[in-house]
Amino acid sequence: MSARATPPRRGAQRTLGAFVRKELHHIVRDRQTLAILLVMPLVQVLLFGYALRTDIHDLRVAIVDPSPDARSVRLRDRLEGTPRFRVVRTATTALALEDLFRRGEADVAVVLPARFGESLGRGEPTEVLLVADASDPNTGTIMQAYVRAALAGFEADVTPQAGGPVRIRVESRMRFNPTLESANLFVPGLIALVLTLVSALMTAISLSREKERGTLEVLLVSPLRPWQIIAGKVLPYLGLGFAITCLVLLAARLAFRVPLRGSALLLLAESVLFTIVSLSLGVLVAARTESQRAAMLGALVGTLMPTALLSGMIFPIASMPGWLQPVTFIVPARWFVVIARGIMLKGTGLAYLWRETLVLTGMAAILLVAATRSFHARLD
Amino acid sequence: MRTLRFLLRKEYLQIFRDRLMVAQLLILPCIQLLILANAATFEVKRAQLVVVDDDRSAASRGLLERFRASGRFELVRPPVSAGAADEAMLRRVAGVILHVPPDFERELVRAHSAPVQLVLDAEDGAAAGVTLGYAQRIVADYASELGATLPRSAARRAPAAALDVRTRGWYNPGLDYRLYMVPGILVELVTIVATLATALSIVREKELGTLEQLNVTPVTRGQFIAAKLIPLWSLGLAALAVGLIVARLAFGVSIRGSVVLVFATASVYLLAALGIGLLVSTIVETQQQAMFVTFFIVLVYLLMSGLFTPVRSMPRWAQWMTQANPMMHYMVIMRAVMIRGAGVREIAQPLAALAALALAVFSLSVLRYAKRSA
Repeated sequence: MSARATPPRRGAQRTLGAFVRKELHHIVRDRQTLAILLVMPLVQVLLFGYALRTDIHDLRVAIVDPSPDARSVRLRDRLEGTPRFRVVRTATTALALEDLFRRGEADVAVVLPARFGESLGRGEPTEVLLVADASDPNTGTIMQAYVRAALAGFEADVTPQAGGPVRIRVESRMRFNPTLESANLFVPGLIALVLTLVSALMTAISLSREKERGTLEVLLVSPLRPWQIIAGKVLPYLGLGFAITCLVLLAARLAFRVPLRGSALLLLAESVLFTIVSLSLGVLVAARTESQRAAMLGALVGTLMPTALLSGMIFPIASMPGWLQPVTFIVPARWFVVIARGIMLKGTGLAYLWRETLVLTGMAAILLVAATRSFHARLD
Repeated sequence: MRTLRFLLRKEYLQIFRDRLMVAQLLILPCIQLLILANAATFEVKRAQLVVVDDDRSAASRGLLERFRASGRFELVRPPVSAGAADEAMLRRVAGVILHVPPDFERELVRAHSAPVQLVLDAEDGAAAGVTLGYAQRIVADYASELGATLPRSAARRAPAAALDVRTRGWYNPGLDYRLYMVPGILVELVTIVATLATALSIVREKELGTLEQLNVTPVTRGQFIAAKLIPLWSLGLAALAVGLIVARLAFGVSIRGSVVLVFATASVYLLAALGIGLLVSTIVETQQQAMFVTFFIVLVYLLMSGLFTPVRSMPRWAQWMTQANPMMHYMVIMRAVMIRGAGVREIAQPLAALAALALAVFSLSVLRYAKRSA
């Protein structure tokens, strides 16, 4: 194999150009895949922007009131009149609650004791039971807090103020994203996800397809050098990834006014860096696997899954258990998400993000060398 | 019937001969479940706190002490100036800034009311919201504690609170997020296994040209489809069983309701999942396309299923759209049965919707398949 002819330099560039063109043909010819690659991120931006929210605007309350009287009716009115609350059932016994919760028709139940009004009238501390469906712990806790606030309002109404309890008012500011717009939170992560999908997955599949069909062997004995083959495979996807990044940013900007407070140039440069890392991973996966399906699986498990789960794009890294947090360090997307959020939401630059950038650069260098080598190995 | 038996044997052989396929179908769910259930939480274990204390009084120090003692906050450095705190947040050293204004203690004594300011890094909004909840609880507890010790400005003591509110969180008193996530993740895994495997298995025969060969044999389309889907249907159930065992062993998450009901509803749901896979196989030509199309559909279904964000928080039009999503109905059923121990009667409504959808998707895909290859 070492008898491979070494073509003159200009010829080498021409062959590379031709090879890139061939690869581009492959991409453009497969309309369906291309359409999905372009439409998928846009649909995701729309879903994240419009449909996926965590705020609770419809809280279904059940009230158990064994002995209705003027005071308990006042409490019921209070709950019914609270915005976001919807009283779905008023019962006299708590027996119906189990069924109601199991059907998923109520979120919270306020259970008043027997002779609630009398006891309250005598000025005794009156116990009220607040039952929440805590299947979803976060929502359950938030809903409890809402109902508690409504009950406190009722309490203030019926008891005369004297001195008043001590209150410390918490004024909270959500810095960098005051209204907690989910589009702002997800778009930076979405860019990472889409870039991984386009670069790692597509490259892995396209390379392993050539392997499966035997055309890779043909390429290897052609005058193309290994790095040229890799460059030819990788460059079109680099371009595609770049175009999709711009598309996502534009859509997010136009539809949801997702800010880009820092330098757009820096963000694009970092995206290219991240794309190179993902592409190298894709090449490595293809080099290690024998069939298209194996490559798909490898790319899914090795790149896409970590990007979605361990990058912090959806689930905060701070909430992961101690042993899992260090694992996220080897996930390139983790660093990219920090960078993208920093540039887009905080408007910070390299002065604050140099460490993450350095990590990505290091990863790119190591993986690029490893990817090229994995092809050298196949030559002998 | 005999033809079907031979075809079935061929399919099972093909599945088990292909180690990768088996790995994909059975081992992958376990790994995913282990990672997902641990990673997919919004609970925040420890937030990095920086304090700006402009009051420097006993009251402000007390508040600080409560934050530290709660175990939810880690004081990353001693109290600093406001500028330094902002810088720490930009550098991602601090996630929360607690700002105690001057005259905090004096206001508390004088008016029984004083503000504190909390600044949260909302770059990670989910975490910020949860952290704010923790902080508010700590501050409220501290306030009621102070109420007992502070000298009263009014002569007589305020009456004890009139309402004594006790809270219970049913079905998940320990507020364990994994208990909530595991059923949803199982649904996702079953879907991916069934849909992707169906699409890939048929498209591969297309790519290799063996589908054409089968088409000229006396095998009818019904037999072919049945032979393709029955093994994958059983594998989907097997994947669910493996997932349930892993959930039980690794997280102690068990089924509160009936096991039979879980598998019975899964069988219905799998019809829809397999149907979608079949549908995908009719519109694509290559495995790569099959993979991307499936991936796209499953992703949209997943996001609109309520796995990560509650369906009832969506705008109305989106809630209507989720009604056409079999995954959403099955997610509701699985959560009801596994977490709340619901029986058939309690899940009748989503189950009816799921069955109708499954039937519709399945017959549409079979019809389309028959037409196309005719």
